[in-house]
Amino acid sequence: MTQLFLEQALNGLQFGLMLFLLAAGLTLVFGIMDMVNLSHGSLYMGGAYLGAAAAQASGSFLIGVTAAMLGMAAVGILLEILLLQRLYQRDHLAQVLATFALVLIANDVVRMIWGPQPLLLNPPAALAGPVELFGFIYPAYRLLIIGVGLAVAVFLYLLITHTRAGMWVRAGAANREMAEALGVNVRQLFTVIFALGAALAAAAGVLLGPLLAVQVGMGENILILAFVVIVIGGIGSIRGALMGSLLVGIVDTLGRALLPTLLRAITTPEVAAHLGPALASIMIYLLMASMLFWRPQGLFPARA
Amino acid sequence: MNPLLAIEALQAAYGASQVLFDINLTIQEGQVATLLGRNGMGKTTTVRSICGLTPVCAGKLELSGFDLTGLRPDLIARQGIALVPEGRQIFANLTVREHLIAFFANRFAATDPWTAAKVFAFFPQLAERQQHLGNQLSGGEQQMLAIGRALTTNPRLLILDEATEGLAPLIREEIWRCLAVLRDAGQTILVIDKYVERLITLADHHTIIEKGRVVWHGSSAMLDADHNIWHRYLGI
Repeated sequence: MTQLFLEQALNGLQFGLMLFLLAAGLTLVFGIMDMVNLSHGSLYMGGAYLGAAAAQASGSFLIGVTAAMLGMAAVGILLEILLLQRLYQRDHLAQVLATFALVLIANDVVRMIWGPQPLLLNPPAALAGPVELFGFIYPAYRLLIIGVGLAVAVFLYLLITHTRAGMWVRAGAANREMAEALGVNVRQLFTVIFALGAALAAAAGVLLGPLLAVQVGMGENILILAFVVIVIGGIGSIRGALMGSLLVGIVDTLGRALLPTLLRAITTPEVAAHLGPALASIMIYLLMASMLFWRPQGLFPARA
Repeated sequence: MNPLLAIEALQAAYGASQVLFDINLTIQEGQVATLLGRNGMGKTTTVRSICGLTPVCAGKLELSGFDLTGLRPDLIARQGIALVPEGRQIFANLTVREHLIAFFANRFAATDPWTAAKVFAFFPQLAERQQHLGNQLSGGEQQMLAIGRALTTNPRLLILDEATEGLAPLIREEIWRCLAVLRDAGQTILVIDKYVERLITLADHHTIIEKGRVVWHGSSAMLDADHNIWHRYLGI
């Protein structure tokens, strides 16, 4: 039981950190420009495909990750300058419609290039096996993901809290007009943020590639989770995105793993078998609903 | 020689409703000017237009002969205009210290530029609160921070919109004292406030607006001499 719990807790941490890579860009886009960007999931999918293709062609996983991040950062910059800049002034409905169109277009473009079959992406050979950790066995690749996720979180934390650019980002999220009146070129800053967000989403896509399937539509499911994360964490806040991601990742993973077992202890096996998975899959939405009820501004609101 | 700020026949609107019809204002380098008028007459809209935050429909804005009309707010700020806005607009998620280093610039090569350290010397109360977040400050401290934040951009023109509003009398005095020090140091300032007696001793030149038009302008001596003006346009 302890073994299962520990393993699932680590899985939850790993999933939460990957969610964070996705949510970090999303929350800044939403927080600073007040822009609902559904196509963020497509950047994640594009990253996974590009990474898988580059890894296959070069035989190196690292090259795959690098290609995905650089490629999607470039796509992000083009997207932001050519299309999204025109949407900032529009209402949320127009933004949702336009970026949902992007999702559909991206799905079809990917299908045209790589076909409808899921792509296979292998973890680097050196990390394919398990390692022994404090007396129990855990996949080495998942440990790598945890390490990368933590490193990115630390990097973003230092960037946001200890640099002037980070102060501009926070000031822009709290009060965009005032930041501009103090000389910050929020528009240019935002193109950079968007590129960074796209690169992080792409990184999440490649890193999760070996664990989940690299397939058309993979961005949509995880995008919903990322929105849940930023609502819980507080829109526009990196710290909120990190806490929200870990919370959602761990609650979701542990819920799925442990709820059926726990329910078996208090009800009949049949009820537990049916109720467990159903209850587990709505846990994070219950979490979000109660957050909206008791603390609608989120854990760490960027705006006071 | 060009004035520092020249506004000619400025018009501005929020959507379909026009707020400013004919604003004319010039401020010379080193001068302290005021903008007076009852509430809702367009004072805040005027400074928002100067800063590029409210779009200008017609008219002209120049800073030292450089045309600012229609520029983005960040470009206007970099030309040397800094705003201490109504309601202070402190960033809740930045510390006091961060407010004073994030926007630092010395674009016009001031010999003794305003730095965070200089602001802390100017407002010792802020120095004790360096690590506090913006929303953990009292109203007076927030006001000092808003002034300090504007000063660290080392502007050519400092604009204060209702800087003493909602402050306790003692804190208000502190703000007036600081403005006098800034004036004596040669800082060009545009002030909006309702304490006319204070403004007469502080400022050189006054402009009164009513319903989006300039209805009177003149020196402190002229304003001091004619209390009819106070009564008619300011309701005092």
